[in-house]
Amino acid sequence: MNNEINLTLEVWRQDGPNESGRFETYDAKVSEDASFLEMLDLVNEGLIEDDRQPITFESDCREGICGTCSLMINGEAHGPNKGQATCQLHMRTFKNGDHITVEPFRATSFPIIKDLAVSRAALDSIQQSGGYISVGTGSAPDANLVPVPKEAAEMAFDAAACIGCGACVAACPNSAAQLFTAAKIQHLNLLPQGQPERWSRTENMVDTMEEFFGTCTNHGECHEACPKEISLDFIAFMNRDYVKAKIKNRTLSGQR
Amino acid sequence: MAQTMPNPLRHPQPIRPRKKAAPFPLNIWQSAVGRKWIMALTGIGLLGFVVAHMIGNLHVYEGPAKLHEYAEALRDLGGSIIPRTYLLWVLRFGLIAMFGLHIAAAYSTKEMSRKASHGANVVDGQKSYPGGQEYIASNYASRTMRWTGPIILLYLVFHLADLTWGWLPHTDYVRGDPYHNLSTSLGNLPVAIIYIVANVALAIHIFHGAWSMFQSLGINNPKYNSARRGIAAGLAGLILIGNLSFPILTQAGVIDDDSNPCAQFTDTEENAECFEEILATEGHSE
Amino acid sequence: MTMTDTSVRTTSPALDSKVPTGDIDTMWENHKFSMKLVNPSNKRKFTVIVVGTGLAGSSAAATLGELGYNVKAFTFHDSPRRAHSIAAQGGINGAKNYQNDGDSVYRLFYDTVKGGDYRSREANVYRLAEVSTNIIDQATAQGVPFAREYGGMLDNRSFGGAQVSRTFYARGQTGQQLLIGAYSALNRQIEAGSVEMYNRMEMLDVVVKDGETVGIITRDLLTGEVESHSAHAVVLATGGYGNVYYLSTNAMTCNVTAAWRAHRKGAFFANPCYTQIHPTCIPASDDHQSKLTLMSESLRNDGRIWVPKAFDDDRLAADIPEAERDYYLERKYPAFGNLVPRDVASRNAKTVVDEGRGVGPLKNGVFLDFEDAISRYGKEEIAARYGNLFDMYANITGEDPYNRPMRIYPATHYTMGGLWVDYQLMTTIPGTYAIGEANFSDHGANRLGASALMQGLADGYFVLPYTVGDYLADKLGDDVVPTSDPVFVEAENAIRDETAMWLSVKGTKSPEYYHRELGKIVQNEIGMARDKNGLEKALSEIPALEEEFKKNVRVMGDNTSMNVELEKVGRVADFFELATLKARDALEREESCGGHFRVESQTEEGEALRDDENFRHVSAWEWNGQDTSQTLHKEQLEFDYVALTQRSYK
Repeated sequence: MNNEINLTLEVWRQDGPNESGRFETYDAKVSEDASFLEMLDLVNEGLIEDDRQPITFESDCREGICGTCSLMINGEAHGPNKGQATCQLHMRTFKNGDHITVEPFRATSFPIIKDLAVSRAALDSIQQSGGYISVGTGSAPDANLVPVPKEAAEMAFDAAACIGCGACVAACPNSAAQLFTAAKIQHLNLLPQGQPERWSRTENMVDTMEEFFGTCTNHGECHEACPKEISLDFIAFMNRDYVKAKIKNRTLSGQR
Repeated sequence: MAQTMPNPLRHPQPIRPRKKAAPFPLNIWQSAVGRKWIMALTGIGLLGFVVAHMIGNLHVYEGPAKLHEYAEALRDLGGSIIPRTYLLWVLRFGLIAMFGLHIAAAYSTKEMSRKASHGANVVDGQKSYPGGQEYIASNYASRTMRWTGPIILLYLVFHLADLTWGWLPHTDYVRGDPYHNLSTSLGNLPVAIIYIVANVALAIHIFHGAWSMFQSLGINNPKYNSARRGIAAGLAGLILIGNLSFPILTQAGVIDDDSNPCAQFTDTEENAECFEEILATEGHSE
Repeated sequence: MTMTDTSVRTTSPALDSKVPTGDIDTMWENHKFSMKLVNPSNKRKFTVIVVGTGLAGSSAAATLGELGYNVKAFTFHDSPRRAHSIAAQGGINGAKNYQNDGDSVYRLFYDTVKGGDYRSREANVYRLAEVSTNIIDQATAQGVPFAREYGGMLDNRSFGGAQVSRTFYARGQTGQQLLIGAYSALNRQIEAGSVEMYNRMEMLDVVVKDGETVGIITRDLLTGEVESHSAHAVVLATGGYGNVYYLSTNAMTCNVTAAWRAHRKGAFFANPCYTQIHPTCIPASDDHQSKLTLMSESLRNDGRIWVPKAFDDDRLAADIPEAERDYYLERKYPAFGNLVPRDVASRNAKTVVDEGRGVGPLKNGVFLDFEDAISRYGKEEIAARYGNLFDMYANITGEDPYNRPMRIYPATHYTMGGLWVDYQLMTTIPGTYAIGEANFSDHGANRLGASALMQGLADGYFVLPYTVGDYLADKLGDDVVPTSDPVFVEAENAIRDETAMWLSVKGTKSPEYYHRELGKIVQNEIGMARDKNGLEKALSEIPALEEEFKKNVRVMGDNTSMNVELEKVGRVADFFELATLKARDALEREESCGGHFRVESQTEEGEALRDDENFRHVSAWEWNGQDTSQTLHKEQLEFDYVALTQRSYK
């Protein structure tokens, strides 16, 4: 235990959104028990000691739930392990002598702030355009007034598990945000509480998504990259709801 | 407030600003999700055409006369109610429209993806990481849709010029004698290779397209989802086998103009009369 | 040192809790009626700033926006959804009594006061219990996918030793789901234009003019620009200070800066010594560990905790025979065994590790052994119960907990102390409010499981939006103080000077290094058990390290683009000041209560011994300037509804 491994890192360095970037090479020596981000912390401490600029990257909770960390590691969003965010990746996944390439998440709408940190504010814009149920504080009925079938609640939860990290966009060859948007839409569309705004929500969020991101060609890379393993099924549901939203006679949507 | 220009890192600028909504149903076309629906629906139509075309062509194995009869039957669609060839033209126009929409949808969505990617140090629409991207779920078929598509389009033009319009020099084209045209065309090795390559591209296109269609249309039910890949692979496989049989068996000598009794008539009307006679006697002898 | 003589029974005149008179069960209702209202069309004339967008901040900003106030919300994250509320796993309490097991508002109130070891304000806690039911309704209507039973009704579980099932949960992600709910409500208001969202902005000062709050100073984390924002009221929802320990279960960027800057501007800081330590975390693997990961306490239901009897025993667990193992909790607490409360379990783990009987490569943990449970129930049953926790443990440590015992050690994960607030949640600066973990009000000296989410949302949705109106109503017609006012200009310049100062030190060690070193002192001396000697030692060590930090810190980069080091250095500086106050507060409180265990104050059996005679008060500290130490003010706590008792788990 506590074996140390030596690694060569190729890290993308970019001074600002409008600067051109480059790869820089660093050596790292780190315990197998360290996490990937702790390895970067260590590299940074070394850089600071040498009076060199540390690598800028973002992270927060470091337990795979806040969605702040990103990174393309050896060409895979959040690294090689399925169902994990970068912060959950541990160095024992790698071997002594490995060469690791570290890049930021890339898409036109994920402009690079510095080095490995990107802005994912476009995802918030999608959410703001309809990712809510309009229920003002205090106007909610009793929580058990509307029963929700367990299967529907579980399915909605599967969608709601999305942590908004943007790995789906990064991994997508088309820079499409379908998996994110579909997860956010279907979380609410699958619940009885989400029905009144179902059609307008779907239209607004999809239309906003398309202002920023590419189109889905059903590669499925997003699902593989997703740290919460969100299913592609939600994309199918979203597609169905979107065209339905165009066709539906909404004056009758109060009927069952 | 000291704020001046909104920082694009905080307030992202749309790369494709939203246009005013067009009236229904044109608004469906305005969104990429809508266009993917149209791509899927036209894909179903085109797939239907490909399947029907392939099955129809199997008449070639019944001999030159039956193939001629099949070709004539297509022109006679609609029986005595609709004037001859009218319904065929309706179908043709429908096909052309579907092709047009399918291609337009493909091109415009690809363009959108290019815009969504090119700002991130990406070349040529295909997003690539300078450090190299590791693909996990996508496959050869899904990543080459935008190559197999144009290949199929080019092949289509070639195919029409070859066997519908008779523009190409390698056959002495006889209108109304598809067996002759087909066997002489595919008897030419380079042409046979073109057909084989194009049909492999078509099968690859269908392998991803038929699966993708279910996603785009939102046809999703956990009970049947596992069948979707199988259906796509089955369709692609059947079409591949059927369509490849023509060039391969021609090269093998199974389809050969020597077995065409009307081959000597190069004039369309004489050729047609020859076939009518043969068909009439065949009909009697049964 | 002690101040337990004459002033004991009286509350400092500086601390007016504004608790209304009357019966506790109608107090909030009557108070809501007696508070002044702002007429709907006048609400847009008031600007309210909300700093922090976790559960408390998002819900407050959204609700104030719905009411019609002109709201500006600030977060230093890139998105409100990243706040650390997201990491709460267990659940949220609500006195719904859906299980028909005898729960009630009164029982939740009672459990919370008792669980807080009688160091919280009864009136606040009762109100919290009262609105807990509304929170469940609100969250459900927002689409929070709480666990359901087959009939479609909400499921509950019991949590944190409560004798009723009142905890609502969403798998192991209740915090994330509730935050998404509050965030979606906030998004709706952003879209509607009633809330203006400022992300990647860090609040660095509260601006006070003529004794009242007039706005804040922020630093733009993307450009380094220092900006002023004026408002009629400022709400701080900036979380807790657990990261003063460096290693905690808090997120990397959790900090005390916003609350501390308010403290320096006149907000009293209450009970900084109260910290909750969670017993079942994964121990650090090396010196460069950046944070600790918490595992659900439910593991103690089936796992047995032990260490080797011998000191410095390097054998593998499997090689240590049964007779040479010390199941110390079962030995010392035969009735409760491994299920003793969090603080007892934590303290005992510290004792055995300090004795040199710790396990693991760094000898910094104790075993949590499932061998017996697996042989009793089978591996499959254990996997069904704890599968995801076992996987998480295996991923982090690289050890398979099915075959060898887990190693656990306690870690800080919540801070009960915070800015002192009155019944209206206002700090001692008029117009500045503190909600959620940032205030001190509801958990006393110890927080019950599944109560943090409840308090954040109670404050944000159902308390603050009312009480702010009571303050603003008197300000009708007053414009906000323009940002060109000298108070803003001076405050801005002070921040600019501070930033320039850090960049000019050009020392040799990173801010991270000093944070880690500070954390070691805080962990050792103000951790799970505190004594006079240790605290006095901390009070000499912390300022010495702080001195070195200020002279020798190296901050790389510039002040014109994103600079994580520069963000960090200011936060570490505030942690230093907080740590000193924390040590003083712990030294001052010569009793053991909840999360604060003074070695000098224990029963014969080694249990925490409260001193209600001398310490039944809130300690609120007043800032007196950089070079003078803070003044202690006391708010006497009265217990009219819950009788004071001493805990025993023998």
